Amino acid sequence: MKERLLVLEDGSVYKGIAFGSDRYRIGELIFQTGMSGYQEIISDLSYYGQIVMMTYPAIGGCGINRDDFESMDPQIFGFVVKEFCEYPSNFRSHMTLSAFMEQKGIPGIADIDTREITRKLRENGTMKAVMADIDADVEHLIKQLKEAKLPEDGVQKVSTQKPYPIPSRGRKVVMIDLGTKFGLIRELNKRGCDLVVMPYDTTAKEILSLSCDGVVVSNGPGTPDQITETVETIRALMDHVVILGCGLGHQVVAKACGADIEKMKFGHHGNSTPIRSLEKNKVEFAATNHTYAVKEESLSGTGLKVTHRALNDDVIEGLRHETKKIISVEFNPEAACGADDMMYIFDEFIEMMDKGGKQHA
Amino acid sequence: MPKRTDIQKIMVIGSGPIVIGQAAEFDYAGTQACTSLREEGYEVILINSNPATIMTDSVIADRVYIEPLTLEFASRIIYKERPDAILGSLGGQTGLNLVVELANSGILDEYHVEVLGTALDAIEKAEDRDKFRELMYEINEPVPESVIVHTIEEAIAFAQSNGYPLVVRPAFTLGGTGGGFANNEDELRMICDNGLKISPVHQCLIEQSIAGYKEIEYEVMRDNSDNAIVVCNMENVDPVGIHTGDSIVVAPTQTLTDRECGIMRASALKIIRALKICGGCNIQLALDPQSFHYYVIEVNPRVSRSSALASKATGYPIAKLAAKVAVGLTLDEIINPVTKTSYACAEPTIDYVVAKLPRFPFDKFPKADRSLGTQMKATGEVMSIGRTFDEAILKAIRSLEMKIDHLEKADIEALSDEALWAKLEKQDDERLYVICALLRRNADPNRIHDITQMDLYFLQRFNNIVAFEKECKAHPKDVTHLIKAKKMGFSDAYLSRVWNMQEQELFDLRKKHNILPVYKMVDTCAGEYVSNTPYLYSTYEQENESVRSDRKKIIVLGSGPIRIGQGVEFDYATVHCVKTLHECGYEAIVINNNPETVSTDYSISDKLYFEPLTLEDVMHVIEWEQPLGVIVQFGGQTAINLADGLVKRGVQILGTSLEDIDRAEDRHAFEAMLKQLEIPQPLGETAFEIEEALQIAKRIGYPVLVRPSYVLGGRAMEIVHNDDDLCIYMATAVQEISHDAPILVDKYIVGKEVEIDAICDGENVLIPGIMEHIERAGVHSGDSISVYPAPTISKKIKETIIEYTKRIGKGFHFKGLFNIQFIVDKDEQVYVLEVNPRSSRTVPFLSKITNVPMSYVATRCVLGETLEDQGYKEIIHPETKRTFVKAPVFSFAKLRSVDTTLGPEMKSTGEALGQDVTLEKALYKALLASGVKVPDRGNVLMTIADEDKEEALDIAKRFYNCGYGIYATSGTAKYLKTHGIEVHDAIKINENADKNVLHLIRMGRVNLVINTMSQNKSVSKDGFLIRRTAAENNISCFTSLDTAKAMIRVVESLSFTTISMNELEG
Repeated sequence: MKERLLVLEDGSVYKGIAFGSDRYRIGELIFQTGMSGYQEIISDLSYYGQIVMMTYPAIGGCGINRDDFESMDPQIFGFVVKEFCEYPSNFRSHMTLSAFMEQKGIPGIADIDTREITRKLRENGTMKAVMADIDADVEHLIKQLKEAKLPEDGVQKVSTQKPYPIPSRGRKVVMIDLGTKFGLIRELNKRGCDLVVMPYDTTAKEILSLSCDGVVVSNGPGTPDQITETVETIRALMDHVVILGCGLGHQVVAKACGADIEKMKFGHHGNSTPIRSLEKNKVEFAATNHTYAVKEESLSGTGLKVTHRALNDDVIEGLRHETKKIISVEFNPEAACGADDMMYIFDEFIEMMDKGGKQHA
Repeated sequence: MPKRTDIQKIMVIGSGPIVIGQAAEFDYAGTQACTSLREEGYEVILINSNPATIMTDSVIADRVYIEPLTLEFASRIIYKERPDAILGSLGGQTGLNLVVELANSGILDEYHVEVLGTALDAIEKAEDRDKFRELMYEINEPVPESVIVHTIEEAIAFAQSNGYPLVVRPAFTLGGTGGGFANNEDELRMICDNGLKISPVHQCLIEQSIAGYKEIEYEVMRDNSDNAIVVCNMENVDPVGIHTGDSIVVAPTQTLTDRECGIMRASALKIIRALKICGGCNIQLALDPQSFHYYVIEVNPRVSRSSALASKATGYPIAKLAAKVAVGLTLDEIINPVTKTSYACAEPTIDYVVAKLPRFPFDKFPKADRSLGTQMKATGEVMSIGRTFDEAILKAIRSLEMKIDHLEKADIEALSDEALWAKLEKQDDERLYVICALLRRNADPNRIHDITQMDLYFLQRFNNIVAFEKECKAHPKDVTHLIKAKKMGFSDAYLSRVWNMQEQELFDLRKKHNILPVYKMVDTCAGEYVSNTPYLYSTYEQENESVRSDRKKIIVLGSGPIRIGQGVEFDYATVHCVKTLHECGYEAIVINNNPETVSTDYSISDKLYFEPLTLEDVMHVIEWEQPLGVIVQFGGQTAINLADGLVKRGVQILGTSLEDIDRAEDRHAFEAMLKQLEIPQPLGETAFEIEEALQIAKRIGYPVLVRPSYVLGGRAMEIVHNDDDLCIYMATAVQEISHDAPILVDKYIVGKEVEIDAICDGENVLIPGIMEHIERAGVHSGDSISVYPAPTISKKIKETIIEYTKRIGKGFHFKGLFNIQFIVDKDEQVYVLEVNPRSSRTVPFLSKITNVPMSYVATRCVLGETLEDQGYKEIIHPETKRTFVKAPVFSFAKLRSVDTTLGPEMKSTGEALGQDVTLEKALYKALLASGVKVPDRGNVLMTIADEDKEEALDIAKRFYNCGYGIYATSGTAKYLKTHGIEVHDAIKINENADKNVLHLIRMGRVNLVINTMSQNKSVSKDGFLIRRTAAENNISCFTSLDTAKAMIRVVESLSFTTISMNELEG
């Protein structure tokens, strides 16, 4: 049993048990409240650059299976848990969590009072953190942490380098990949979309040349300010195609329409965030994973109206353009992991294309 | 949506007496519901027959009716109160059934009473198997192949086309009563026959068995805007096949990926929406461990035992919110009462692991069939919270109070490998210890899995614990190991045992190295939102969230799991003590571990520690909180038993001191004290050896009452009539129970039993009332019918009793509650049988009927006030004009092989109250409320021991004169016939295998059985079968002639007797 340290920007140091790889990187420490779905969370590219801490204490009991990845190459910078399980039991499990993390270069630390850190983050907001060997120079690390700048090239790192098609016979859809979850592709696929996944810096011209019915701007890490070219692209596409934004994609769409983004204290990271659907006047649940949100005051004059709000803090979770064919949601409608109440967003997107899109080729 | 304004008065139905399958959880639910409705400004009318509950306190509703939960009485209350609406979905199966019955009778329509919560058609769709399956087909949810049958033949036909094994589930029964697995035709016939009889609609579901699937439960809620949430999901460690009430349950699910959780969640929400339930609902699912395939097993369209567990496991108060939702409020407009910073429309996320273990009554019923199946057998449960599964399960084990401090039981460790494997096959209540014993011997978890079908995840975790035991043993007193052991949940008791040291030494070692627990909060949101709920559990981590205030604090110990002999009554007293402390300006801190109860509702106390009630766990809280002292007298024997250890560690016990508690509990000190106070008690001595016991018996004369010293609820107490039986008793009981404690041999005095509860302020005494038992001494007081005011004892006796009580209260320096059992012989001599220096089973009953808030007054005495300060100047409270009867309620139908005959060992699980202007009327109601049917004509079967025949003759005559048919077995028949009573012969069991006396009972030919047991115990096999058959066929069986006399008295008052002119005397 190897020991390991978790060092926080505020100078606090936690001693725990090492698991996974020892590829230590400074990241933004956030807490995730999901009680299931650690495999999906680890492999969600939106967590690029972040060290994810699970508030639920027993992690790894179902092992890792071949089906539940949300990306090929997980990009979280670290995984903090109370307890990880070395003897998984689930009919699909084919390897342990720690073996997987070792393989993918993700460091982990267990036996941590995750609740204490959660409460700290709740009060003080997210913090920079890093894991280290037990004999590391802690003072030096803290100094490093304070000076460190968090990576701002997340999308550049995780977006596809080249376009690739996922052919089908339905609506022609271009996905701008900012670090998409497999779940988004899966849901579009399920609805028959003839999909082309393209890099974040694809121009509007290139996209329009494909004569598509709709564009999906995917989830991903970071903020729209780090990918101004994507914002530009969307601005140029707005009048021509149906647009669905998810996660970072939602923020990009909002930005393209003229709205602003702001940082939240510690964000929403959970499997089942209660969200009021204003159009249905009903509360529904969806997984959320965002540290930034659309600024309320910046909406005026953008033509955007709020369709969804988080029940507990009124944060904007969904937008619809009053005249253009644009919808976008901050939450993860694809339910991988998390609640599946919001799957209708995809149906709505298809419907919008059916109404306003081109005739099938 | 705002709450409804078109209704003002709501009638709430409680769940009645506590039986296996329906326990204190409904007191918790009902209390929350009533409080919640009144908060919203509604007028609440409550009906419940269970006096031992908080919910039947007159302050909980605007008007409380403690009346039988029958159509007859519920209708009367509707006539009188004219409620606008009725809410039955918080009163368990009893509540739902009564709503259905009322609706069917037409009275709800006639009086325009609307059904709230779960609509009638939803109840039907969920409970009627046919309609349920139809609905499931309609919404495309899978259910196992099954058929509804009304005859055994239909069941056989289904089996022929679908094969075995099959499950039999009778419709509309509590806790799966009468159900079971059939592996062949014989078994199917037997179970189905019984199930059809027990089902009120004579209907059974025969279903493909899916035993071995994972059993997953979802607690969901919905409001009338169709917002629906999952409050909690839970996984049974035991797979499908063992009733969830008897299963080890963990929350949240431990072996499901998000995919599986998603599938189950979607199914559960679809079902609650399809049923259009406004409130809480429990959905049980079976999941194939090898695929995503699942079945919906059962839907309970109401709050349930599981919802109480889910509420305590997450902090989310389901019942409270269910009541608000029932009157039209929606979840997205109700503030989450836990966080107060978020809305109730949220799915709780937790950051700990919860374990629930059932508490079984087999310590009291060693001869019962202990194997587990679809019939629930547990009387109660404990819950524990830990940051890991290991910690939670080990805390739960020591919460059970089975004298076990670890996953290890000495008698099971002593078994051979073969015996262990054989026992494992049986899947009984001790399987957890068997599994660990096997793992300790390096058994392959896969082999255990093949037998038990428990998920390997859990078996591996047990294996982990066992493996670490070995490491601990190899490193005695090593600090690193100590830290890890404490994190894993090991108790000091266990560690000090294997490290060969005193528990105190270990505790000192821990203190030296600062290895102490911290407390974490239960907040429904895993710390995401600020929350100030004073609901805490211990764990070994870094940050302590328990904020110690500078107020004056008092800790109140609860009574742990519900078991026979220690029921919800003690929770009642605990809650009142807590409320009183709060009112008197103290910070009241509760420690308890029973998820079903009101005392573990975090809103009752200033602070709730959900912890095992062991010296170690209690001391941790005390060390942290530094209270003025601890109150032990309300938490039953559980709390009393901790007093000694607490005092040794320097803790102040408030109220009656430890010396005085001991004086009442220690045989010799007690005798000496009574002698000094000049109060007689039955002759008796203590014996360690058989010879000694025989000598004593010879000296004082048979019959003698024998029991081990220091036991609870009359455990292993027997009346012995001769040397042979005494030898047998000494040989068996001594071994089994008290390794070193002696056996008490007392003269058994035939007489009336009288009981008092009293309060003493150290000097003066207040007796709210004197209760008389219908059954003569020899039947445990908890199993006797108790009457207030005492109907047959003279003024002189009452005066003696008052005098003795006064002397005892003052003599023992009691401060707070105490209870005395008296016996009055035929010469009006009064003896003291026992004195309990604590709250008792009858405190809620007596508090309610005399209007003396006993726990309240007692708590103030504990705090130093005198009775006079509180305005109680008379020693005895004036008697009421009304008569009140408390009748015991048994769960015999659910406990196979348990002898139902009443004796000194307590067997009842609950109680009901009947009250009216005459004793007969009150008795009628009490019997009815306790589940005894009281027809004004019918047939009675009598099988009477020789020594009782003379006394039984009068009873037979009276039944006969009321028009009852009398059936009797040969000896009894002959006797009755020679005395001029017409008797139908009942054929003895060995004379005819088919058409014998048992057949009469099974066919429902008799309405009542009166059976007394011969003093010579060896002969009574037939009697046992008769009693069991009656129990399993839901036919009342009286084993005491006194109960039978009470019954005939009621029957007579209900009917007219016809006597010919020729029979007239004089």
